Amino acid sequence: MPSLGADMEAGTLVEWLKAPGDAVARGDIIAVIETQKGAIEIEVFEDGVLKEYLARIGDTVPVGTPLAMISGAGDDTVPAPATPVPPVPPKTPKPAAPVRVETPGGARLKITPAARRLAAQHKIDLSAIKAPAGQEIRLADIAALVKRPAPESAGSAMRDAIAAAMSRSKREIPHYYLSQSVDITAAESFVAEVNKDRPATERLLLGAVLVKAVATALRKYPEFNGHYEDAGFVPSKAAHVGMAINLRGGGLVAPALHDAESKSLDDLMAGLRDLVARVRAGRFRARELSDPTITISSLGDRGVDQLYGVIYPPQVAILGFGTPRDRPWVQDGQIAVRRIVSMTLSADHRVSDGLRGAKFMTAIDRQLQNPGDL
Amino acid sequence: MTKAQIETLLQSELYKIAPDIDVADIDRDADLREEFDIDSMDFLTLVTALGKELGSDIPEEDYAQMGSFAAAIDYLAGLAAT
Repeated sequence: MPSLGADMEAGTLVEWLKAPGDAVARGDIIAVIETQKGAIEIEVFEDGVLKEYLARIGDTVPVGTPLAMISGAGDDTVPAPATPVPPVPPKTPKPAAPVRVETPGGARLKITPAARRLAAQHKIDLSAIKAPAGQEIRLADIAALVKRPAPESAGSAMRDAIAAAMSRSKREIPHYYLSQSVDITAAESFVAEVNKDRPATERLLLGAVLVKAVATALRKYPEFNGHYEDAGFVPSKAAHVGMAINLRGGGLVAPALHDAESKSLDDLMAGLRDLVARVRAGRFRARELSDPTITISSLGDRGVDQLYGVIYPPQVAILGFGTPRDRPWVQDGQIAVRRIVSMTLSADHRVSDGLRGAKFMTAIDRQLQNPGDL
Repeated sequence: MTKAQIETLLQSELYKIAPDIDVADIDRDADLREEFDIDSMDFLTLVTALGKELGSDIPEEDYAQMGSFAAAIDYLAGLAAT
């Protein structure tokens, strides 16, 4: 059971996607767990064969506990598993007659995160449920099976997770805050020009340009990119940019766009589309939640002028972008109407000072004036 | 495609993106993105899906003509007729 942040103590196993005897390769999705942050896909980190399950569907498993035994290529003997930690019993009582059927490996179900959570709480095997063709399994379908009212919404667990992380941030991180107005007329024109001849499936959003500008500027300002750990700040060579994405049920997550500094705008846009689609569907990978080395939060569609983010530990900086607006702007001694966005930086004083922060923001601004170079 | 069919299509594509919003509760002439609480990525997803269903790509410069639920139906009806 991987840790997806300092505030996570355990996760609930809700689905196996591989069966004992299956060959697995690095990067394969082997299982789905439910956490306070939603359903998370668990990846395998080495090649081998799945020998046996060490946890059952519905078990709440503490962080660090083995979930399955995988033998490496060429292994004749199965290494002894670490002493299994007894699973934490679920808080809700078991139904009188639990519905339980063995899961055939490999099948992917369409199911809402809330329904998945409730099914796990009651140890209901998802493969035993028939959803109407082409439709996903909803909370009401599971609730009908357990014949008890649906529990409190998933929102409260999410709120607890956000509260824990943000409280830790405000307790431990001495934030400082900077703000700068940035002319993004050129960046918006660039996006419009690129999109003109493209079908909707290949269009860019300004967000991808912002990510690229930030990732490029980070090369010269490594003190904003990395993790602050027990031994101090560890800068990251790669810019894994966390994108704050709101969830319709309430709350938000900020999974990573990996290696943003070395990707093209089109690749970043494709990555962003994929990430948002999976977050909205309640499916993202463990690594994506723990990897970000800096976060971008944009409320550009929500009408606010500016936002000052709270740093997500162990990161050391978060950038906020407000709503782009037409503003009077002095350029070459003339007043002109330009497209202006407020950019803010919240950064960690244990690692950097305001002067470096100011230079970092100026570098981002400069990137955005020449979007064609990105 | 009739206007009623267009409306059904728009409604079902919006439902995929914003299942928590009931079309019966929205102001059909108010800002579409605000009424359905959708951001620029959601809107791009919507435009992509509608273009595919109608077999006709929706240019970015026409987004402004889809400012409200009612306006979007009028615009899409025009697009389907061409």
